[in-house]
Amino acid sequence: MPATLTAPLRQPDPLGAAFAQLRQASPAWMQPLRQAAWARFLKRGLPTTRDEDWRFTSLAALAALPLAPARPGPAPRMEGAVFGTLPGPCLVFVNGHFAPSLSHVGTLPKGVKITHRAAQWAQEHADGCDETATATPSQHEGPFEALNAAFHQDGALIELAEDAELSEPLRLFFIHTATEDGSMASLRHRIIAGPRSRATVIEAHLGQTHAAYFNNSLTEIHAAAEARVEHLRFQDESAAAIHVGTLSLRLAAGSHVAHHSLLLGARLARCNLRARLEGERADCLLNGMCLGAGTQVLDHHMVMEHVSRHCESREFFNGILDDESRGVFHGRIHVHPGAVKTDAKQTNRNLLLSGEATANTKPQLEIYADDVRCTHGATVGQMNPDQVFYLRARGISQESAQRMLVHAFAGEIIDRIACQPAREELDRLVWDRLEQNPHIAA
Amino acid sequence: MLEIKNLHAGVEGRPILKGIHLSIRPGEVHAVMGPNGSGKSTLAQVLAGREGYIITEGEVWYEGKDLLAMEPEERARAGVFLAFQYPVEIPGVNTTYFLRTAVNALRQHRGEAPLDAVKFLGAMREKIKLLELDESLLKRSVNEGFSCGEKKRAEILQMALLEPRLAVLDETDSGLDIDALKVVASGVNRLKTPQTAQLVITHYQRLLEYIVPDHVHVLHDGRIVRSGGKELAFELEERGYDWLVKPSLQPA
Ligand SMILES: Nc1ncnc2c1ncn2[C@@H]1O[C@H](COP(=O)(O)OP(=O)(O)OP(=O)(O)O)[C@@H](O)[C@H]1O
Ligand SMILES: [Mg+2]
Repeated sequence: MPATLTAPLRQPDPLGAAFAQLRQASPAWMQPLRQAAWARFLKRGLPTTRDEDWRFTSLAALAALPLAPARPGPAPRMEGAVFGTLPGPCLVFVNGHFAPSLSHVGTLPKGVKITHRAAQWAQEHADGCDETATATPSQHEGPFEALNAAFHQDGALIELAEDAELSEPLRLFFIHTATEDGSMASLRHRIIAGPRSRATVIEAHLGQTHAAYFNNSLTEIHAAAEARVEHLRFQDESAAAIHVGTLSLRLAAGSHVAHHSLLLGARLARCNLRARLEGERADCLLNGMCLGAGTQVLDHHMVMEHVSRHCESREFFNGILDDESRGVFHGRIHVHPGAVKTDAKQTNRNLLLSGEATANTKPQLEIYADDVRCTHGATVGQMNPDQVFYLRARGISQESAQRMLVHAFAGEIIDRIACQPAREELDRLVWDRLEQNPHIAA
Repeated sequence: MLEIKNLHAGVEGRPILKGIHLSIRPGEVHAVMGPNGSGKSTLAQVLAGREGYIITEGEVWYEGKDLLAMEPEERARAGVFLAFQYPVEIPGVNTTYFLRTAVNALRQHRGEAPLDAVKFLGAMREKIKLLELDESLLKRSVNEGFSCGEKKRAEILQMALLEPRLAVLDETDSGLDIDALKVVASGVNRLKTPQTAQLVITHYQRLLEYIVPDHVHVLHDGRIVRSGGKELAFELEERGYDWLVKPSLQPA
């Protein structure tokens, strides 16, 4: 292992041994792809806080875990799960393993294909497998993407043909029940939305264990011309878990992708959001929030690449941070040469409910084109006294006023979710979660 | 109804109000005029209970109660209403939800049962028409992205729903075109009864054509330097403030 690791891996290297075993068990065509990805990961190593993109987020807790690919583990409880009663198809993965008995796809609209990688691998031969993404990573591939490519064991595959429309949301559940620390789930999902197609996809990452597992998830979304995709990622992992979620978006001309990220759980959650606006008049929304308590670290790191002209991007992130929790927001907007008439806006607002909570916010604008509009703004602070006074001046008690404002902070983000049943459920869930907080009523 | 005696207030060591005397009886409309920075909004905010202003001297009695000892929400529930010069935007708080919470806080205070969503909506629909506001505003966040005129009309909508006994209107006319001004004024006038009083802060005599005051006061540098009838407003419109202000600069 390279010297850049935050903590030395124990000798002999158990993750390396696990990798060798996994590679051996893989189909012949896949072995070199895994090997190359593993080599890329080793070359890079785990980032440290000396790395600019990881300045505020230490991975020491992850480096200390005895990582090994997750085993199937105990069955999850599905009753009462968030989004459990929503209509539409659903795929369930338990500790990274597909659970056919809990999944159902039913009859899909014309032009919509929903399957998962392991099923595909079992059916097709080497030449029929489209694993180009793992074979030729982008030059910006991060260490967790490489690690995911080396270990990925499955993942949802969604394909929409031209004009196809998935009328009901597709739900993907990732439930962790592993009982041993270091259990690592590596799933890799791909959503290909053909021209003018429409889809809503919901990812729910849920923990049902006290073990310190590691969820390293990756989702790629390609929106072809004028496709419209709404993608929601809800993370309510166990308190000891580590969650790294990478989202890679590519938007063709006139397409629209809205991504919502809700971070509630995990000891450490890091979302890498990468969006490339590759066609004219593409439009991307990144909308997210984190609810931190205890010593949680919840980190959104995004790179918005305006490659083509006349594109619009919006990034709205709110943090509600209590106890000694920390919210991190790092938003880079990169306007490439020629991407004229770019309209990019980014805001990050943080509400600190305790004197020990912190927020780190770092906007970064790199603009190499003329005639663009890029704005960013960030706030960190306690409740706005003007707002509290306004509510009290209407007869609302101080306690209710403060409660309303905390809910508002979350509500502002949740309101942007277009999928109504998901929005309403999250609204209730987040409301209840906030109401359980003694600091809000105080 | 309202008795302000020798009120001195300011912010950290800086006096703003320097001895205000003002007495308002039920059924009266008082106008307060005065140049920018004379302390008009400070007076309004102090009456509503804004934190951050230090009262160094004087007292304020409202219906026999010590107003300055009451929390802002207690004042509101007791019937004091401030229409803000700059209504605050509150992203994420739905306007209907906010209004219903406010109305029900008041009802609870009076020992009345809370209004359910349907009854409340009925009551609100009626008022919203009178103020010629677009119903879609109710689905939006409080004041967020409202135009200046919409904000001012929304303040009066709140006033109509809360039916205060003492309404303080801080420059509710500024930023309104003449049609909006008439709508707002008629909204305010509709709430006028022999039991209610209004304190109207304005720069323009124009508003006072529609909301006719019984008394006009000129505030300058934290003091009321002249009081009179509605004709004083005309005089100010014609002559400005200088003729009132200059003599006060000379030693008595
Ligand atoms: N919270 C505060 N902190 C510091 N100074 C203040 C504060 N509030 C008011 N002031 C100052 O007190 C003075 C009076 O302000 P106020 O807003 O009451 O004036 P006004 O008569 O309402 O003016 P306008 O006609 O412009 O609305 C001004 O000089 C203002 O800057
Ligand atoms: Mg003022």
